[in-house]
Amino acid sequence: MTTHKRRLRLSTVVDHAILIAGSLLMIVPVLMLVQMTSMPDLINMKTGPSLSIGDQWVPNFEKAMFQADGFSGINTGTRMLMNSFILGIGFAFGKIFVGMLAAYAIVYFRMRYASLAFWIIFTTLLLPLEVRILPSYEVVQRLGMLNTYQGLIIPLIASATATFFFRQYFRSIPEELVEAARIDGAGPVRFFFDILIPLSRTMIAAMFIIMFVYGWNQYLWPTMVTTEEGMFTLVRGIKQITQMLEGNQIPEYGRANMLALIAILPPVMIVIFFQSWFVKGLTESDK
Amino acid sequence: MKRAGFTSAWLPAMLLLPQLAVIAIFFYWPAAHALRSSFYLQDPFGFGETFVGLSNFTSLLTSAAYSRAAWFTVFFTLIVTFGSLSIALLLAVKADKVIRGAKTYRTLLMWVYAVAPPVAGVIGLIMFNQSWGPLKEFFALFGWDFKLGVNYFDTAFAMIAVSIWKQVPVNFIFFLSGLQSIPKSVREAALIDNRSATGRFWDITFPLLAPTGFFLLITNITYAMFDTFGVIDTVLKGQPGNNPMTLVYKVYVDGFRGNDLGGSSAQSVVLMVLVLALTVFQFRMIERRIHYT
Repeated sequence: MTTHKRRLRLSTVVDHAILIAGSLLMIVPVLMLVQMTSMPDLINMKTGPSLSIGDQWVPNFEKAMFQADGFSGINTGTRMLMNSFILGIGFAFGKIFVGMLAAYAIVYFRMRYASLAFWIIFTTLLLPLEVRILPSYEVVQRLGMLNTYQGLIIPLIASATATFFFRQYFRSIPEELVEAARIDGAGPVRFFFDILIPLSRTMIAAMFIIMFVYGWNQYLWPTMVTTEEGMFTLVRGIKQITQMLEGNQIPEYGRANMLALIAILPPVMIVIFFQSWFVKGLTESDK
Repeated sequence: MKRAGFTSAWLPAMLLLPQLAVIAIFFYWPAAHALRSSFYLQDPFGFGETFVGLSNFTSLLTSAAYSRAAWFTVFFTLIVTFGSLSIALLLAVKADKVIRGAKTYRTLLMWVYAVAPPVAGVIGLIMFNQSWGPLKEFFALFGWDFKLGVNYFDTAFAMIAVSIWKQVPVNFIFFLSGLQSIPKSVREAALIDNRSATGRFWDITFPLLAPTGFFLLITNITYAMFDTFGVIDTVLKGQPGNNPMTLVYKVYVDGFRGNDLGGSSAQSVVLMVLVLALTVFQFRMIERRIHYT
């Protein structure tokens, strides 16, 4: 019995060791990034990440947020942060708005051409934006939407992920609810606002988090459609961040890493704080 | 399925309108455009175009650079997919098993999901920095002179490492939720039948996780092919040179920088066909999976 108990303990220790190793693997690289934001650039250039914590956080933060480079002088960190929020929130909001309405029509209405609409919409799930990136660029160019928020956000909405998600969710809501609502004399509009939206609150929140993170982290599309520096998002600006490290005599590691840190902080915070919603939304969409 | 639906002629049409408008303009139009321009040769200065039939495709198939990128994509996709899936599975099994700190581990192992791929690439640049990168120094202990951006193999290694790091969290989340949905009664029965934990894992847990694993397999293949663009672009610092690149990156380099619209469209069409094949395969497998769950 004693040997059995000891073996159990040993396996628990091994389990924790593996989990701790995994957690360190996730955290340590980012901690190095954070450490470098506290050091003067000269030391960063010479020694790279180290164990010491410097006093440069405030100056590096100020440089990252308020100093601009390029020709226009307007792509400060503040500006890019604002653009990132516009992209993340605009994308999440647009996606949910379009998706919920379409899913409502598909699930709760008897229509002609229902299956045709269904197929037209869900075929878009098959091809990610990346494979049709250049023609999409040309379309946006032809519509005169380069370097605008519409041109940045709307083409990203052109797929049915949220629609599919809400369709699955609406179908899991008991049918008796619609019957009851109809008997009580509620029309489709009242049913939508008074019953469906309150019921889907958690799902909407989960979807919002997932879509916000997805929109915030977009890189290829913003790289193509925004060429004006005032339109850059933080993630789009990363390219300049790496170029900053190439060109200068003393590479601005403090500022560059601070910008990278600012770029990951909001989505990471949201994912951590709203973890249970986020996980629920993510794994629900699998079904 | 029977739904007690509302009947109205104009309301559902109005509800569908935003969705249909957006996908018509920004999905079907570009997709059709890509298909069309893949059969044309564009004048680089924008003066007209000539119909060239399949010649864009044949020149792709005979291009050494294209087949190099294609083989690299296959290799890259396989390693990233299996690497991140196996690490995530190991971590999820352990996180499901421990009692103390389970929640903390879950948070610590999943938050990297929210890190943007190009930022992950920037972190990779630090780790593999030529003068002081911690991983570069570590490899030097074994006599491996790591040269990011110069040596083909080393650059590929860095891309793969960063892409796996970025993808472990999402796989972990799905595996953990798959494990937690295995009924307690099944686990207890398995515990009585089989005393060895490894035996239990391979006989019970692994087959029950198969649907999740299959879903993730497809997601990861798509991730490795498309979503790693940001990682690759930052690791290469926008200068591909003789370094490895994936097919999606090549579409971008040839079309957007090289201005070869016809060739780039043909590449897009090849990718579309690949993704379609993958999705059809996925749907067929999902239909089959109903039988064993």
